[in-house]
Parts: sequence; C-alpha cells; structure tokens
Amino acid sequence: MNTKKLIGNSFRFFIYGMVLLFFIWAIKNQYFSYIFSETGTFFVLLRQHLELVLVSSIFAILIAVPAGILITRPKFRKAEWLVTNIVNFGQTIPSLAVLALMISVLGIGFQTAVFALFIYSILPIFRNTVAGLDTIDKNLIDAAKGMGMKPHQILFRIELPNAAYSILAGIRTAVVLNIGTAALAYVVGGGGLGVWIFTGIQLFDNGFLISGAIPVTLMAILADYLLRKLEYVLVPKGSRRVAKA
Amino acid sequence: MITFNHVTKRYNEEKTAVKDLNFTVEKGNIVVLLGPSGCGKTTLLRMVNRLESISEGNIVINEQDSMDLNAIELRRKVGYVIQSNGLFPNMTIEENVMIVPDLLGWTKKEKRERFDYLMKLIGLDPKIYRKRFPHELSGGQQQRIGVVRALAADPPVMLMDEPFGALDPIIREKIQDEFLQIQREVKKTILFVSHDIDEAIKMGDKIVLLRDGEIMQYDTPSEMLTHPKNEFVSQFFGKDRAIKSLSLHTVKNLQEVIGLAHIDDAIEDTKTINVNQDLRNTISMLLNQEADQVIVTDDQGERIGSITIDLVQKYLHFEIKGKLSVSQEG
Repeated sequence: MNTKKLIGNSFRFFIYGMVLLFFIWAIKNQYFSYIFSETGTFFVLLRQHLELVLVSSIFAILIAVPAGILITRPKFRKAEWLVTNIVNFGQTIPSLAVLALMISVLGIGFQTAVFALFIYSILPIFRNTVAGLDTIDKNLIDAAKGMGMKPHQILFRIELPNAAYSILAGIRTAVVLNIGTAALAYVVGGGGLGVWIFTGIQLFDNGFLISGAIPVTLMAILADYLLRKLEYVLVPKGSRRVAKA
Repeated sequence: MITFNHVTKRYNEEKTAVKDLNFTVEKGNIVVLLGPSGCGKTTLLRMVNRLESISEGNIVINEQDSMDLNAIELRRKVGYVIQSNGLFPNMTIEENVMIVPDLLGWTKKEKRERFDYLMKLIGLDPKIYRKRFPHELSGGQQQRIGVVRALAADPPVMLMDEPFGALDPIIREKIQDEFLQIQREVKKTILFVSHDIDEAIKMGDKIVLLRDGEIMQYDTPSEMLTHPKNEFVSQFFGKDRAIKSLSLHTVKNLQEVIGLAHIDDAIEDTKTINVNQDLRNTISMLLNQEADQVIVTDDQGERIGSITIDLVQKYLHFEIKGKLSVSQEG
C-alpha cells in the first residue's frame, strides 16, 4: 500500500516537474509572446473556439440524451441495435474526413465545423445514456410500477437520477474530446485556436504553435474539472456510491 | 378480501402458467402461495395488481373487479413488497417510504406523522433514519423498510413476493415474528408468495399449494399437514410433516389440553422455555440436553411447570396422531 502510494506520488511530482520545466522553457524562449503582443486576436480566437465547443456540445446533448431515453423505452427497444450501429458508424469516420465531407454539403465556415463536432459528440453521450439507463436494477423498475408510478414518474424520479452519473460522464468525455477536436475547425475555416496551431506548424514557429496549443489544453483540463464538480452537484447523494462501486 | 374467479394466465397456445383458479383470501388473513419454482405463484401474485395481464376470469378485491379500476390507481391501493427490497438508492428512507402517499398527494405534515408511526412500528428511530440512504442500512433493516413502504398509504390489501427470501435464517425468523406482530395490529389482507415450507406454515392462516398452475390443496397449515389431499401434497410437505406440524402448537396449547408436569427439584441443571414457544423448538431442546425435563416459564418469567418428551408424545397422540391415522384410513 505504502510503496504503491510512493510510486504514485513520485510519478505525480515527476509530471508536475516536467510541466514546470516546459513552462520555464517556453517562457524563456518567449513562446507565449503572441498572447501578449496580439491580445486582440487571441481573444477573438478563444471566443470562436469556445463557441464551437459550446454550440456543438449543447446540440449533441439535446439530441443524444433524449435519443438514449427514447431507445430504452420498451416500445423502441427493438430499434436499439439499429440506432446504436448508426451512431457507432458515425464515430468510425476520422474527424478530418467528417470535416471534408461536410464541406461538400455545408460549404466552409463556422456552421460546418459545428456540425462536424456535433456529429462527433453524439456517440459518447448516447452510449453512456443508454448504458446508465440499462444498468438500473430491473427490480427497482418493477417495484416502482407495482406501487403505481406512471411511466414518466418512473423515468424522472427513478431512472434519470440513478443514471445521472453515467450520463454526465458521457457528456464530460464528449466535451473534453470536443475541445481538442475543435482545433481542426481551422481546416474548414471555422476559426478557433486551431488557427494559431496550424500557422505554427506551417511556419515552424513554436511561438504560434504553443500560444495556440497550451490554451486549448488548459481549457480541456478546466472543462474536465468543472464538469466533475457538476457531477457532484447533480448526482443524488444516495446513488453516488452505487455509481462508483 | 381477494376473490379469484376462474383465473387463467396463458402465454400462448401451449404454455399456460395459471389454470382456472378459484379461491378467496378472507379479510385480515395471510394466505401463502406455496409451491415448487415455476408453479405460477409469482405470476398469480402479479396478476392481482395487474403487473401481469389476466387471460381469463377475474380477480375481485374488496367487492371491486380489478379490471374496473385504472391499473395505476389499483396499484396505489395495493401494497407491494418484493424480495430484493426494491428501495430506490437515490432517495432517503423517508422519501422511499412515502412514495405512495406522495403519489396520492398527502400533505407534508400527514406524511411526516405517518412516517414516524411506521418507523416506530418496526422499532427504528424515525429521527435517525429519516435522512439516511438505503445503502447505509443493513439487509434486515432495508427489508423492514421495504415492508413498511408497502404499508405507507394504509392499503387494505398487500402482496408480498418472497419478502424475506434474501435474508439469512436468523434475521429472517426475527423479521417474520416482527411482521406477524405488526399484522396483529394492522390486520391486512395479505397474499404471500413463498417457496419455504416452514415459512408458509408459520406465516399463513391458510396455504394454497400450487403445482403447474393448479391448486393441489387450499387449507389451513394444520389441515394440510394432517390431512394432505393427495400424494403430491404429502410428498411436498415431506415425511417429517408430523414434526413440522409441531411448530403449529405452543407449550400453552399443550398446557390447556393435558396440563404441565410438576417441576422435579432433584434435577438442577435444566433449561427454561417460554410458554409461547412452539413444540418443535421444545422437542429439539429436550433432545439437546441431558435432563429429561425443561422448565416452562410464563411471560413474567415465573416457573409454572415443566415439560417432558412423554408429555409431548401424549399431546401428539391426542392432537396430531389421531388426525393422521384418520387421514390414512380415508
């Protein structure tokens, strides 16, 4: 137990050290300078990036969660394999290919990037919603029915609270992935911090590259942290332990 | 009161789970549905609150055909307890217990008072458990809450599907006793599914013994043990049914019929037994000790006499053997 802890801790501090070294190296070489010298552009790109992520994630949640709920209703159960396969298929297409395909339909620009990100976020949310609802003990549903709960009462009072952990984990995965993938929006003229990253790659300019990449990374870490906090608030206290077990 | 009229459940042409059943559960009685697995007892139970549909016939609950009511309304009027307690992990104990009252739109004050009353009924402090979650309770406590939850809106009829089946034997026995105590107070009409013969004998005012969806015998436990109607019934209860039937009689019954023996003061080291204990426990106590008598005490702990194997045998002769021999002749 103690050795495990020791290894864990030393590994963690090693990583912290590396991150620190990286920042010292980057700052020494003035790789973050663009953030300060071109503050205006930086904030425009940051806003675009956030918009890409937010719009696509919100649409994905609005579609995938209800779809997951619908497909687990007894009436639609039979269609589950079909829908799951379609959604899975969507995920197997590389994100760049989705972008390229979308250009031919929607042209270039913000809407194309949002649509591609939206397609890409659906699967993790949908799959976790279905899994969360499926793993609820059938006896609970039986007891709820036997006590005279209506289907919508069973859904909102029993199923969703007990599946909340799994659904929110799916949303978290989707959003974090989305923040990284949104850098590709540059390819279809969607803007975002990808603009600096790709400029940096093309010009072999570490300054642009790092000024674009580090904010994206920090954004992903921050989003992960905040969504974990949200889970803590939204998942009912009694189900939390069950969900983790 | 629950009346079954020609109740049949058919899944398809070949498979019939329940065949043309007719019987009545009297008001305030516990009727145990007993039988080997796959005999249709759980299906029959779930037909009462329409979790399973009825193919033919009808079920009348307190003078009302179950099909006349909306299924949701019907279920709120019928208490339902399942084996794996079915408590909702996301809700506190109070929320769990008060689900049906909540669905029926009781006020906060009414719910609070009812919760306090129910918790006292099962000997748990309402203050301590109100805000707890199911996973913080032991298995026995969870099952008690499950039973009390079915009683929450004070339904006249209760359905219990192997409610104590998942508990270990010691706790099961304790909760059975506790439940019988509660039943004496609340006097519900109860349909109770069990596959445990001892439980059926203990809990049931009457037993319905089922086999392949048909009633083999519907009788009081003692009638069933002493007058099995057919080969299946006598086999199901086993060769030791005379011993099993001993658990239907208490020391008190024996005292009333033939009286107790005097306490033999010469024997020092003997155990004592409460007068309300059943004769089955008494016999095993007598067999487990060296002295051939056990001192009988009343509820106040006063020694009122003693009991011996001879006495039990004599009682057996009067009460049970007599009946058994009649049944063998008939």
